[in-house]
Amino acid sequence: MIPEIGHFALILALCFAFLAASLPLIGAARGDTRLIGLAPPLALGQFFFVSLAFASLTYAYVTSDFSVANVASNSHSLKPMLYKITGVWGNHEGSLVLWVMTLTLFGALVALFGRSLPSAFLARTLSIQAMIAIGFLLFLLLTSNPFERLVPAPFEGNGLNPLLQDPGLAFHPPLLYLGYVGLSVAFSFAIAALIEGRIGPRWARWVRPWVLVAWIFLGAGIALGSWWAYYELGWGGWWFWDPVENASFMPWLCATALLHSAIVVEKRDALKRWTILLAILCFSLSLLGTFLVRSGILTSVHAFAVDAERGVFILIFLFIAIGGSLALYAWRASSLEPGGMFSTVSREGALVLNNLLLSVATAIVLMGTLYPLLLDALTGAKVSVGPPFFELSFIPLSVLLLIALGVGPLLAWKRGNLGRAAKLLPPAVLLAILGAGGAWLIWGAGPVMAFIGFAIAFWLIAAILVDIAQKTKLGRAPLSTLFQRAGGLPRSIWGMWAAHLGMAVLVLGVTASETWTEEKLVILTPGETVEVGDFQFGFKAVDPVAGPNYTAIRGQFSVSRNGRHVADLWPEQRTYSSPHMETTEAAIYPLFMGDLYVVVGDPDGIGGWSARLYYKPLISFIWAGVLLMVLGGALSLSDRRLRVGAPHPKARPVPNVAVHQPAE
Amino acid sequence: MKKGMNSLGGHRAGARKRRRLWLAILSLTTLGLAAFLILRAMDGALLYFRLPSDLMEQEIVAGQSFRLGGMVEDGSFSKLPDGVSVRFAVTDGAARIPVQYTGILPDLFREGQGVIADGAMDGQGTFIAKRVLAKHDENYMPREVYEGLKERGLDNMDQYKSVSVMK
Repeated sequence: MIPEIGHFALILALCFAFLAASLPLIGAARGDTRLIGLAPPLALGQFFFVSLAFASLTYAYVTSDFSVANVASNSHSLKPMLYKITGVWGNHEGSLVLWVMTLTLFGALVALFGRSLPSAFLARTLSIQAMIAIGFLLFLLLTSNPFERLVPAPFEGNGLNPLLQDPGLAFHPPLLYLGYVGLSVAFSFAIAALIEGRIGPRWARWVRPWVLVAWIFLGAGIALGSWWAYYELGWGGWWFWDPVENASFMPWLCATALLHSAIVVEKRDALKRWTILLAILCFSLSLLGTFLVRSGILTSVHAFAVDAERGVFILIFLFIAIGGSLALYAWRASSLEPGGMFSTVSREGALVLNNLLLSVATAIVLMGTLYPLLLDALTGAKVSVGPPFFELSFIPLSVLLLIALGVGPLLAWKRGNLGRAAKLLPPAVLLAILGAGGAWLIWGAGPVMAFIGFAIAFWLIAAILVDIAQKTKLGRAPLSTLFQRAGGLPRSIWGMWAAHLGMAVLVLGVTASETWTEEKLVILTPGETVEVGDFQFGFKAVDPVAGPNYTAIRGQFSVSRNGRHVADLWPEQRTYSSPHMETTEAAIYPLFMGDLYVVVGDPDGIGGWSARLYYKPLISFIWAGVLLMVLGGALSLSDRRLRVGAPHPKARPVPNVAVHQPAE
Repeated sequence: MKKGMNSLGGHRAGARKRRRLWLAILSLTTLGLAAFLILRAMDGALLYFRLPSDLMEQEIVAGQSFRLGGMVEDGSFSKLPDGVSVRFAVTDGAARIPVQYTGILPDLFREGQGVIADGAMDGQGTFIAKRVLAKHDENYMPREVYEGLKERGLDNMDQYKSVSVMK
């Protein structure tokens, strides 16, 4: 019964979406306020019914209703409750329901928080949002119905892949979806602006919080996924340039560019057409990402079942969405007024450079991701584009980007002075050299690129400090009021510094761990000790242990440095019963300067066990860096100016207008 | 540049033109740089996928990296005396290639199942694997392997559905 309600709710949501995609749009064109006014309730209705469907599916999972095919093939009655729930989106159909729910959630949020938007504009935005929902709801109902019944119902389900039974992974898809789908709002805003032929600073203020939200969640989702890969896959890798990782990375890169170009629109009323195009491209990349994951056309650890029907559907959907919006852009963009002026050397100029480099970086990742597909289609040759490609192409570009990132914030708006900025930077150059030298002192020799990485990270940190000193007038005004001045700066500026600092920290982590990781692959008998880096790994024993739905062998390691005990580590090798599968649980002990990482392997039959021991310098800086970026984004999002919206051209005599528009 | 713009005054329009010129130069430089980086990276970083039969037909230079796929031959697996290196053979039914790998194998490595390995030939007919790919499902048949086998009519492996997981 409940699953049928879910199915029915999806159909109702589709009906609502059809109404929402047509009536308000017609109303906005004719100036019919009644039709325009339908947009917000229809958006809320879509969200309600899709949530109902999601709740029904969750109910089927929680109660282990194996008469639902989707539950039977992806769940198991003995699974811990947390993974019964997260199992809802651990499969193709369920993850799509989550996708649409997130999409309609954003639509509902726009409807709730967008009351201060011009009502016709809001109606158009929500209509576009509903059109996207139509595409996905049709896809669900026609090709991937999650509520399909099984007759007769099996007594037990197949179980969820044990690798997915992990808290880090359980919340990776929802975060990523909030990011992907958050970009749909920017897209809808952009299309609505194109239809109206108007875009200006106010538009940028409306759209920026949504881009920020999407950017924050994308970053968090990607980081969570890579953290999972790091501790779960058992060989210490955290990023593989796997097509599906790229699929989430490209929207992030693009959203980063959009975030910056929207600032130029907001402050200087320039780069308007480019920003609209970026908004379209960002969401197109999100759709493409979904397509790459769902269709299974790329070999990947993530791909769901290959299904031609679904592939064709998504291809048509992509064609209409991306092709249609780009066509609209080509047709309407020229009607947008050209923007404000700025000289090449200026903050705007620096942000243009930022956008250029970020878009080219996105293009490189896109190229590397799609090239195997193209080559296969054209010549039939099967190739894979692996990390070396991206290391040779993406990394040099990032180096340029990061160097520019140090200078950009020091330039003034409209007309900057490179000479003046250059005078501020000798300390940064000095710190860059010291940073590279410090890395050499700590870890010794390495490839040139490693020292460039350290130099750039420290360059960036120093440039941020210089910028902070400038903006708080350090040394030019009395020290006693320093904190007051610092606190008086807008939160968005602190957000920017935090995010940029996060970038520097990330670079440190990537560089050090990629360059100076120490790894030993050994056969150990209990009592033996191995030296990795400065650490002595003592192997004590291997014991059998039992978990709720697995059995395991657990190795015992005691790590010490110079005779002083540092940590005990218990890596496991688990055997799950349903589905039958073995997983490796690495034992990780994070220290400030690096992680200890141990994996236990198979017995050699004569009393020894194979084991893999690592020391990974600064690797936790990678996630700390992303965390800083996320915090920076959140700080910027909490900036009052974003919440109260742009100053209106005509002064409005409403005194407490800000109270009613919290996240405009 | 639109005609209406020029009426705003020569200075402003001129400045706009200059800015466009700079933008164009900057964009072209960046794109050129990107093209250069991509081409340079493509040169050494593409891994071609090959089945054991392909290796019989084509001359493969020792040391040249590629990706080998096929099935792990039944009964071919053995550990070397150092304890951490293994040898096994990859077969596609028509040809077999011995493979040597040092490291911990992925959890799902089994004789009789599909496998993908990155590495190069050592010149004596053995494939030295640098990486053996883990696929996270028991039924998983790497797609390239499946299609490669099918093209050659070597598949009787419909039991290998391409089911896999999401990260």
